[in-house]
Amino acid sequence: MKKQKAQAGNRKRDVEIVDLNGKAADKKNGGRRNREFAIVTYVFLALFLCMTGYFVYFVAIESEDFINNPYNARLATMADQVVRGDILSNDGTILATTQIDGNGAEIRYYPYGRMFAHAVGYADNGMAGVELLENYRLLRSNAFILTRIANEVAGKKNPGDDVVTTLDAGLQSACYDALGGYDGAIICLEPDTGKVLAMASKPDYDPNTIAQNWDGYVSDDSGSAVLLNRATQGLYVPGSTFKILTLFAYLQQERGDGGFSFDCSGSFSADGYEMHCYDHTAHGQEDLYAAFGNSCNCAFSSIGLSLDRSSYRQLCEQLLFNKALPANLGNTSVSRMTLDGDANDPLVMQTAIGQGQTMVSPLHMAMLVSAIANDGMLMEPYMIDHVQNENGIVVRQNESRQAGQLMTEQDAKTMQEYLRYVVTDGTGRSLQSDRYNAYGKTGTAEFSSNKNEDHSWFVGYAENADGKRMAVAVVMEGVAAGNAYAVPAARAVFDSYFAQ
Amino acid sequence: MVHVIVSVSRFTMIMLMAGYTYYCFAALRQNISEKRQERIYKKQTRLMYGILLNADLVLYLLTRDVRILGLTLCEILLFALTLMIYQKIYDHASKSLVNNMCMLLTVSFIILSRLDLEKAIKQFAYAAAAVVITCFIPILVAKLKVWNKLTYVYGLIGIAALAFVCVAASTTYGAKLSIDIGPVTLQPSEFIKITFIFFTACMLRISTAFPHIVKTTAIAAAHVLILVASRDLGGALIYLVTYLVMLYVATRQPWYMILGILSGALASVAAYALFAHVQDRVIAWRDPLRVIDDQGYQISQSLFAIGSGGWFGAGLGQGMPDKIPVVTTDFVFSAISEELGAVFALCLIFVCISCFLMFFNIAMQIRDRFYKLIALGIGTMYGTQAFLALGGVTKFIPSTGVTLPLVSYGGSSLLSTMILFAIIQGLYVLQVDEGVKNEETEGAGRKQKKRR
Repeated sequence: MKKQKAQAGNRKRDVEIVDLNGKAADKKNGGRRNREFAIVTYVFLALFLCMTGYFVYFVAIESEDFINNPYNARLATMADQVVRGDILSNDGTILATTQIDGNGAEIRYYPYGRMFAHAVGYADNGMAGVELLENYRLLRSNAFILTRIANEVAGKKNPGDDVVTTLDAGLQSACYDALGGYDGAIICLEPDTGKVLAMASKPDYDPNTIAQNWDGYVSDDSGSAVLLNRATQGLYVPGSTFKILTLFAYLQQERGDGGFSFDCSGSFSADGYEMHCYDHTAHGQEDLYAAFGNSCNCAFSSIGLSLDRSSYRQLCEQLLFNKALPANLGNTSVSRMTLDGDANDPLVMQTAIGQGQTMVSPLHMAMLVSAIANDGMLMEPYMIDHVQNENGIVVRQNESRQAGQLMTEQDAKTMQEYLRYVVTDGTGRSLQSDRYNAYGKTGTAEFSSNKNEDHSWFVGYAENADGKRMAVAVVMEGVAAGNAYAVPAARAVFDSYFAQ
Repeated sequence: MVHVIVSVSRFTMIMLMAGYTYYCFAALRQNISEKRQERIYKKQTRLMYGILLNADLVLYLLTRDVRILGLTLCEILLFALTLMIYQKIYDHASKSLVNNMCMLLTVSFIILSRLDLEKAIKQFAYAAAAVVITCFIPILVAKLKVWNKLTYVYGLIGIAALAFVCVAASTTYGAKLSIDIGPVTLQPSEFIKITFIFFTACMLRISTAFPHIVKTTAIAAAHVLILVASRDLGGALIYLVTYLVMLYVATRQPWYMILGILSGALASVAAYALFAHVQDRVIAWRDPLRVIDDQGYQISQSLFAIGSGGWFGAGLGQGMPDKIPVVTTDFVFSAISEELGAVFALCLIFVCISCFLMFFNIAMQIRDRFYKLIALGIGTMYGTQAFLALGGVTKFIPSTGVTLPLVSYGGSSLLSTMILFAIIQGLYVLQVDEGVKNEETEGAGRKQKKRR
């Protein structure tokens, strides 16, 4: 009765949110009577609020993956409202910008032309590189809100956000020059952060004239694949650089060097297959350091035969073979190592020295040495440092991320010693410098039976007294002998980086 | 000049909508004087007209189609008529609910005018017819005393109509949920919602003894299973949840609820295992971009729209909502979010929540058991449908292909929802009138209890 009167008192009013927990209702019977109502109301409210929360989360964060999807037809129209932002190097040097010509048409201009071709990419006739990776952010404007409103009212385009990369313009130039006239790739990583400092690939193209030359690039059937970024998408026979993995597998299996000793006569036979050392050099009596430092094919063939084949492959897979690389660089190739338990001896011997069916990308090798340099912890490679608005105010900062501990710190330190031995006493002696200590492994990959079409490799890293470090992978195609090409290129790159 | 108005309107419409939504909840606050509440409802009405005029101005400037101006005028007249019916004739009606109903219709008219003017005109005609039809419902609900005596009539009509559609559909093609009667296409499951609520309320009013509950559940389950057989899983879910909530509140037995949820969960697992179209929905929900060419196409397009629109929207006529399949019905919310902005869309969600709360509030105040259960059923049905529709297009839950009440295009859905709103108004009027009568007859001398 009391309740009815109360309602009468409020008869022209809408009901209020009361009684949700029954307290305000008639205590005698209303409290219990409406408990079920309260529960149902709260459950529904909670569901609605969770959904609202998800909607907010989606619009604020998750939607970027959707907006930036090539299937989203709306991306194309974003360029109608925004002037594509600039791409900058890590010190603010402009690598790509949008210019307005006399007729008011927008032209994408790349001041460095070919030098940054694959890293920065292009935004005409499709997209590649940073242009593709950050397409959405370059077309979004976080300019000052009043500026944007004023622009919209005036019917003017808003200035897109600028993307600041991790690329070092000086180092990129050194890499580009170091490749010289050869096809191939150089990629430089900062081991403790995963930052891509430089990324060069040849043959190259001029992104400023890509539209004019497009037909030539895509119809080119000479196999040179100008548009391919060899640093991240190229797959190469690893040659002797793969001995890093064979050595690591052996150290794991033997829990140490197992008192390794080998007498190299320049050739080694098993199962009717004969393996030669480079130039048929006989290395004589070697311990494991010397075998690695000399890049002794005979010793590593015998090591390969002593390995358990399936755990050898498992270990390679732990080191990122046969799987997508944890890198935030767009499309990257998957390296291959396919040795299985019943592989024959000749294939095992070839695989152990980096021939056989194994294929790697330069990026993958750079990541491996980078993890060794960083005491086993692999940092996820990335090349976008931050995104800023036209006034330089940061709107999105990328942090470096751990991709995982590839090996224990102890194992990494052991590997560091072997890589150092290559430079102090082995095939990488020409990398000795008083400005930095270099570590690494050389390689010559036999690409065909023609000796003049070998690929020359160097993978390694260097550090100076200040603790500044850089990892590099160099591959140069179609050269005569390993050390004469990739090692000097690596030297030029190290010299440039540590001169700064 | 047109550009300026289009750009500025993006922000003004959001501000108007935000104001409206704020008042929805401000009016629900406790300790607020009756006068103040009245003022708030007047302000809400003005904001609603503001949004309609603003949007239609933009649409007219973009298309220069005079039909838009005519439609705007008709819409304003219809709203004025509706507000008058529920303010002057039924002067005890819930004004908050009338406002929300008109607001949801406004949003519907705006987005349909943008997407497909023909459909907007049709939707307006449906709405106008619905207002005329439903304006008698409150009085019928309040005066006729026959509603709680037709128990098995409701049940029979419900099962017969659903079964007829199910059979007719299976002999034609696919998941057809509608039947053609001359020029009109009817979707019976929309109207059976009403008889279903009445049936359940009648049964639970009679008794909550176990044997009776078994009988009730069997007939309710028949409704649900026929819907499952017609592949209308969203519909089946709405019926199921409504039944469970009504059963739980009527019996106060949490075990019925728990059992119901468990059997519902089991049924979902079974449906997932049995039906390919259920698996498709789940696959699309988990990672739409992975299956974008296939099952994920619809939801991806919806999310492209919501994402690209951003917080403030692309502006009316500036987005690409046409890329979304079935945009005028199931995915109407995505089109709203794309062009009017996520902030506007958020406000719309809150208006739906406010409607739901009003339904439950009214249900809670009603003393008559039968009417109380009806109001509860209507509230639950509305809440469930809004949740499934909004959650589905935002990828919060797998899409169930349910329309957003009053906003999505469709005559059957519009009419049945407006009938539900009118029934609630009838119950509200009845409840307030009873209160008045009681006060007049026996109120004297008793201390009035404050409900605040």
